[in-house]
Amino acid sequence: MPVLRLQIWAVSAVPCRVIRAMIRFENVTKVYDHTARPALDDVSLEIDRGEFAFLVGASGSGKSTFLRLVLKEDRASSGAVYVAGQNVAKISSWRVPRLRRGIGVVFQDFRLLPQKSVFANVAFAMQVIGKSRSVIRDTVPEVLKTVGLEGKENRLPHELSGGEQQRVAIARAVVNRPGILLADEPTGNLDPTTSMGIMGVLDKINQNGTTVVMATHDDDIVNEMRKRVVELRNGIVIRDEAKALYTSMIPVVGQSRRLRDASGRDESQPHALGERNPGAGEEQR
Amino acid sequence: MRLAFVLGEIGSGLRRNVSMVVSVILVTFVSLTFVGAAGMLQLQINQMKGYWYDKVQVAIFLCSDGSTAAGCATGPVTPEQQDNLQTLLESPAVAQYVNDFQYESNEEAYKHFKDQFSNSPIVDSVTPDQLPSSFRINMKDPEKYQIISETFSSQPGVETVIDQRQLLERLFSAMNAASLVAVSIAGVMIVCAILLIATTIRLSAFSRRRETGIMRLVGASKIVIQLPFILEGVIAAVIGAALASGTLWAVAHFFLGEYLSKQYPDTAFISPGQTLILAPALLILGGSLAGISSLLTLRRYLKV
Repeated sequence: MPVLRLQIWAVSAVPCRVIRAMIRFENVTKVYDHTARPALDDVSLEIDRGEFAFLVGASGSGKSTFLRLVLKEDRASSGAVYVAGQNVAKISSWRVPRLRRGIGVVFQDFRLLPQKSVFANVAFAMQVIGKSRSVIRDTVPEVLKTVGLEGKENRLPHELSGGEQQRVAIARAVVNRPGILLADEPTGNLDPTTSMGIMGVLDKINQNGTTVVMATHDDDIVNEMRKRVVELRNGIVIRDEAKALYTSMIPVVGQSRRLRDASGRDESQPHALGERNPGAGEEQR
Repeated sequence: MRLAFVLGEIGSGLRRNVSMVVSVILVTFVSLTFVGAAGMLQLQINQMKGYWYDKVQVAIFLCSDGSTAAGCATGPVTPEQQDNLQTLLESPAVAQYVNDFQYESNEEAYKHFKDQFSNSPIVDSVTPDQLPSSFRINMKDPEKYQIISETFSSQPGVETVIDQRQLLERLFSAMNAASLVAVSIAGVMIVCAILLIATTIRLSAFSRRRETGIMRLVGASKIVIQLPFILEGVIAAVIGAALASGTLWAVAHFFLGEYLSKQYPDTAFISPGQTLILAPALLILGGSLAGISSLLTLRRYLKV
């Protein structure tokens, strides 16, 4: 498999750029209904390997559509979406699972399996992609420790608090070591204190080299974290700011992170550059 | 690991909607029993045709030890009489109606008899000398049977002339009609089975949409997601097919073997073992019907 992946990287248009950008949108427009305005309108942006980015905006601004396009749940109406250098439109349907193995996803409603224990919920993500029992036995407790759930392996989801359930969901999302973690309002159902705990977990995962993209409404969290903020309104990026707050007094378009040209970056940002990429789980094991 | 996982998923799926699975089993069982019954009737027809049916139309039986017919007053047929009959068959007057004829000796008759009645107790009580030797005639035009009959009935050494077709044809056409009815009922039942399997799989996919949603997200392959559902339908249908095969065997064993063959000892019936030829066909038919209908349902209702 590593050989195969190398080939894909080799055929990508501009390898040096590809390796740096984990997610890259090139003039992406997504139209669900031709009579209404597009859900995403000519969006171009790049999220680097190891970056932590917030996606903010009102409901219907296009945050979820953005995440769906990264997962290839939907096709872009026009423009191109690159994930780890691959144009997702060019990934054949039988290879889509491989793309998704490189991306962890967390939702507002946790989406745990109610009749399975914490351990089994996390192990499920490894079972379905055919990991061996011994690998699962070794990895799951380790990941549960990372999210702060050691000792609760045998609990059922309904025996846990909301924050703990979300930690299980995060553990499940990262147990296969994806290069990207997408979080769709992960703190939407949680109180502020619990939310901060969850943010701590996400931050830790980001420190370990995983690119994190989090769609949120939670201004406290965004203001606290001081990470990159991409603000969408009606499908258009109206602000893209590093170390930003939830709201900016002066919305600035294109100040920092428009598409860069191949020559390189237009600003520097602190990065924990991990050597991770989608689908890298097997090699790291 | 993946195999164990798939098997576990199948188990939980089957447990979760037991009632639907049972109905799939029963519907496939009934429909395949009808398919099998049609098959059995055809086997039975073949069995009754025996060695000669498809080869000749008319049989001239020669006198044997126990013959009581008028032409047999002089006892069993002599070589001389037999030669005369053969000459007559070859004479231009008769030969113009005859395509071909064959002589069947007592020993050959015994051999063919044993083959045909292998499932019947009668075979043990018959010896070669009880069976008449015969000329078997393949007619150019089977309708001209009367000419042969008139020519040979009164010849010395001839016990009787029989038009085999006339004896069996009516029975066979009844049996063919019966198998046609069975096939039509089976057709309707199979449509039922397909629709029921599709509904069951749909329910199953719906009740497990959480799991399959998560499986998609973490990158499970299409096969791992869909296989448990497909196998669920296939397993139910194969159980139904196995029950149908068992039923056919039981009918052959208890009804034909124990009852009818005692009522009609001079009729050749199929053995229970012969019905098992139908079993693999029923299993494959049931399994593939379920597999195809599950697959089509999943393509619509389970996004991967």
